[in-house]
Amino acid sequence: MELLIDLISWFLLIVGSAFLLVGAIGLLRLPDIFSRMHGAGIIDTMGTAMLFFGMFLQAGFTIVSLKLFLILLFLMFTSPTTTHALARAALDAGLKPLVDDDEPDAKKLALLKKRKKERKRL
Amino acid sequence: MNMFSSAAIAILVTMLLVLIRAFKGPTVYDRILAANSFGTLTMLLIAVNGFLSERPDFLDIALVYALINFIGTIAVSKFVHFKDLAPPLPNNDPGDI
Repeated sequence: MELLIDLISWFLLIVGSAFLLVGAIGLLRLPDIFSRMHGAGIIDTMGTAMLFFGMFLQAGFTIVSLKLFLILLFLMFTSPTTTHALARAALDAGLKPLVDDDEPDAKKLALLKKRKKERKRL
Repeated sequence: MNMFSSAAIAILVTMLLVLIRAFKGPTVYDRILAANSFGTLTMLLIAVNGFLSERPDFLDIALVYALINFIGTIAVSKFVHFKDLAPPLPNNDPGDI
């Protein structure tokens, strides 16, 4: 039984770490801010949840696992909230989601600066 | 090799990758997003470190870190958006984040 719990814990921790790395690579390589939020979401949901469940199995039913559960519950509420707020702030600032794959980031930034200048002139 | 040390190594590598985005990020929102992810990873590292040193009392610190991280991210995105942390004026409401 001990061995089984250890094995499941190993599995969850390793898969959670893999999700963390995948999320970070997504955060690093995706083309614009709105798609990068996708990578951050993987880190916040799958990576964190799997690591916490792995620790949960090691802790057993104690006050420690209750704390782990509380952190996880809190994170499940706050992570979408922050992402939503950030997406709205970015949208309001004039960043448009990348729909055309021939418009690179630097070009978009130049466009954004131009729009800001025009807004100031008005 | 301990299972928690392998998880800690993975978290550290992830933190490095996220930090690269925080330094590179073309817009300020990329940096905020990376800082938020970095805070989440720090919280995870604190929790894993507690299990690694067999003193899971560190989870309280992780819980507080999660709270501060949330408030900090919201505050920074609001500040960048409105250039001000005060509530918007009642007669000229530009909306909230």
